[in-house]
Amino acid sequence: MPSPLGSPAVVLEALLEVRDLHVTFRTRNGLVTAVDGLSFSVLPGEVLGIVGESGSGKSVSMLSLLRLIRDRNMQITGEVIFNGADLLTMPEQQLRALRGREIAVIFQDALTALTPVYTIGWHIVEQIRAHEPISKREARARAVRLLEEVGIPNAERRMDNYPHEFSGGMRQRVLIAMALSCNPRLLVADEPTTALDVTTQAQILDLMLELRKAHGSAIIIITHDMGVVYEIADRLLVMYSGRAVEQGPTRSVFRDPRHPYTWGLLGSIPQFTATGAKRLQAIPGSPPSPLRVPEGCVFAPRCRFRHEACSERPRLRGGDDHLDACWLPDEAKEKLRGETLAYAGGGREGDHAGSGAR
Amino acid sequence: MSVQPGQVSSEIDPPSETPGESPPSGLWRVASGQLAHNRAAMGALLVLVVIVAACVAAPLYARYVAHTNPFQFNVSGTTVSDGKTVPVLQQSTTGLRLGVTPIGPTWSLSHYFLGADNDGRDVFARLLYGGRTSLVIGAGSAVLCCLLATIIALIAGYFGGIVDGVLSRLMDFVWAFPVYLLAISLSVVLLASGGLNVGPLHLASNSLWVPTLIIAGCYLPYVARPIRGQVLSLRRSEFVEAAVGVGASDVRIIFRDLVPNILPTVIVFAPLMMAINMLTESALSFLSIGVRPPNASWGTIINDGIGLLYTRPAVTIAPGLALAVVAVALNVLGDGVREAFDPRGRRFGRV
Amino acid sequence: MLRFALRRALSTVVVLWAISVMVFLIFFGTPGVDPALRIAGRDASPQVVATVRHEYGLDKPLPVRYALMMYHLLIRRDITSYVNPGLKVVPEIASAVPVTLSLVIGAAVIWMLVGLAMGLVGGALRGSPIDPLLTAVGVLGVSLPVYWLGEVVNLITQSRLHGSLFSWVPPPGYVSPAQSLSGWALHLLFPWLTLAVLYAGIYSRVFRAELVTALGEDYVRTARAKGISERRVLFRHAARCSLIPVISLFGLDFGALVGGGALVTEVVFGLPGIGLLTYNSLQTLDLPVIMGTVLYAAFFVVLANAVVDVFYAALDPRVRRA
Repeated sequence: MPSPLGSPAVVLEALLEVRDLHVTFRTRNGLVTAVDGLSFSVLPGEVLGIVGESGSGKSVSMLSLLRLIRDRNMQITGEVIFNGADLLTMPEQQLRALRGREIAVIFQDALTALTPVYTIGWHIVEQIRAHEPISKREARARAVRLLEEVGIPNAERRMDNYPHEFSGGMRQRVLIAMALSCNPRLLVADEPTTALDVTTQAQILDLMLELRKAHGSAIIIITHDMGVVYEIADRLLVMYSGRAVEQGPTRSVFRDPRHPYTWGLLGSIPQFTATGAKRLQAIPGSPPSPLRVPEGCVFAPRCRFRHEACSERPRLRGGDDHLDACWLPDEAKEKLRGETLAYAGGGREGDHAGSGAR
Repeated sequence: MSVQPGQVSSEIDPPSETPGESPPSGLWRVASGQLAHNRAAMGALLVLVVIVAACVAAPLYARYVAHTNPFQFNVSGTTVSDGKTVPVLQQSTTGLRLGVTPIGPTWSLSHYFLGADNDGRDVFARLLYGGRTSLVIGAGSAVLCCLLATIIALIAGYFGGIVDGVLSRLMDFVWAFPVYLLAISLSVVLLASGGLNVGPLHLASNSLWVPTLIIAGCYLPYVARPIRGQVLSLRRSEFVEAAVGVGASDVRIIFRDLVPNILPTVIVFAPLMMAINMLTESALSFLSIGVRPPNASWGTIINDGIGLLYTRPAVTIAPGLALAVVAVALNVLGDGVREAFDPRGRRFGRV
Repeated sequence: MLRFALRRALSTVVVLWAISVMVFLIFFGTPGVDPALRIAGRDASPQVVATVRHEYGLDKPLPVRYALMMYHLLIRRDITSYVNPGLKVVPEIASAVPVTLSLVIGAAVIWMLVGLAMGLVGGALRGSPIDPLLTAVGVLGVSLPVYWLGEVVNLITQSRLHGSLFSWVPPPGYVSPAQSLSGWALHLLFPWLTLAVLYAGIYSRVFRAELVTALGEDYVRTARAKGISERRVLFRHAARCSLIPVISLFGLDFGALVGGGALVTEVVFGLPGIGLLTYNSLQTLDLPVIMGTVLYAAFFVVLANAVVDVFYAALDPRVRRA
């Protein structure tokens, strides 16, 4: 992992530190808590994967970090320390200088994410010139280089094409090029591969990993796809109904998942073994309506292992840096997980490593 | 064994919050709840109810409060103003002292509240009667327009092909005409020919049906075209294809699958069309080619008042204000209905 | 591209033709409408009516009459009024066009400036108290009957406050800009404002709705995430895209108004434009004039449609290759 501080003797200071983030919306039907007490940190150059079903608050939390949600009925509390300054209390002017330059975002579905009436080149040049006082010609030359870097053939000519003239994968590459154009220290990728087919997905993930090496950016990748985070993330944060239910190093979470919800997520990855495809295991039920969040553990209504303790809300806890929010005793988890993830190898990390789509 | 980083299938995707084909009953409940919470729309509805009630009560007012017949000339009548008995039409006091000037507003509900017109008729009573006509034509032509537009849109959108081609071109031709010009042309011709004679159907030229039909027809393309577009996309949707696939009859598909889905759009159009139609009716009546005597509408009363504009402006101003209030209320209500049914503007897409 | 242009031109001609047939049928095909009776006068004897009918070719079959009328209207351009035999229709229309153009262009400038500004402010400040206020003003604009507003304006500027505040307002009518530029502007000022009220209302509503939709789009979020100023997000991204449908609507409205849609405004303010000409000829059932003005109107509407298509392609790259 490249360290901006250079010396391994110095304890790495987090690039981004989120503490007790709450996002609530006032609606006609009452207060909706979209994000409830989320805390995590990202080290320089690290890839953090945030996983969860749609509606689990992962996108909202990331957008609220940069104050990109304009809703008068929304309230954000907590602390978001980036580089020593709190993004939530910082004046808009100062935050704007960070957006795009220090922290860049790659959005899902690049067709709607690009203003349809401007060319690709215009978009990238706008991004560069928003933060650097260079001439249009220089910015354009750099944009061409960026497009080449992300693997767009005929970059010089494609600069003058409009977003709708690109394929989905190519558009996603354009968005990545745009996000990287100011060498941000943190890249937030919101479902960057969801709209793409599997082959293109793998290409985009490889590209992001390569670019991380070249540019040294830390990445937060938001997805509902366990396969994607397995490919790319160093650490994982599993979210359910606006709360973190498990977090830890990717290897550790895949080898030793501790929350029944994580088991569910892992159980619903298609498995192909020598004996044929395994039946997918769906998580029964659906996430709670944000208006009617259960009193105790939010996952309890869908959990096969709920018991009396679950009527009280669990906190994230754990000895090492692998934390989970479940009342089950650790020994019980081990046993029940084995039953739940009843596939060959029981989710042993060694079996996954080096396989998958690579 | 291997892990395929394929997209985690829909198993862990919860049902989307905005299902594509929401059951219409749920939509109606949500929409009416939304509307009931919309204070502006409810206020507008209240204003409309009050005005409609006042217009419905016009005969009661004329008979029991004002004691006049607003359709009868009353050139030599008298009334009470400031406790004195005065003639309704007074000798002119300006210029050559020729002609008469009707009495101005007395602000007393039982004695020519808004004054009299050139024929000595009670303007306020006429205003209430005129409101009936204007509201009836506005609502009637809006209902007719939406109904016909829905039928045309369903036929064109569902059957497609040549039927759609012919109907759509026809709509395009009508719409290429400035609306007022078309309405005026039709009105002039129908007046000149002494009404409409189609087979056994006969409409006298002073029938209220004449402006109602003309206005409904002129705005037909305006409503039909977006609904046709919606029918067209519904026609291609999976659930209609499925219904066709299992051999459901055309009538069944149209009434079971299409109508419930386009009905909200039609409902949203209704109040806005009523506002537009009332304004159009009044403009035609103002040009003396809309509502014919003995009927009165707000447009004809404005026209009556033009000759008195500088001496007795109340005759012109009052019906115009009434019209504006109703139109504002309908527009606000219409906006509320649209917001309730279509909070993110998806139903109509872009204008 | 050439094929597209040709198809476009062909369909334009077809629409114009269809409109001319439609108008012709409305006036000549409706039973009970007999132009000969009108021309001959109320108390004319049947012989006179018959003579008139023959003289004007009204005894010929409908298709022949249609062809003759179009021939005189478009090719010879010597068609004369039925009511006022000395009056040549084509020059009459030509002399009315500048009046209507003066009225509509001036009003369009006002309503575009006011309407777009209102829509922009309302859309950008959604949720603040200014937005509902502007929305209310817009609703009022679209709800006022134009002719009534014109009469009230006349009442105020010509009578009630003419002695004090509005003593500088000239009597209703039209003065050519060649004669007096200031007179032209003064005469047209209140007609401009009156006509602009309705359209400013419509455009502020449309533009605001488009802008609100655009501000909720993903691309606006992307633009904000780039770290550009909120002003730039609003103008270069959201407003730029919201303008596309507004411009196309403008083309159609402008075409319809130049084609005679400003009729009531012209009647109320006594402006001798196309609308007034049409209105007067309708009152007397002066069919050649009606045919002329209506075809002229249709021509403008169809022309506006074509211009809008071209502009649309220039403004929205997505339709350029369609």
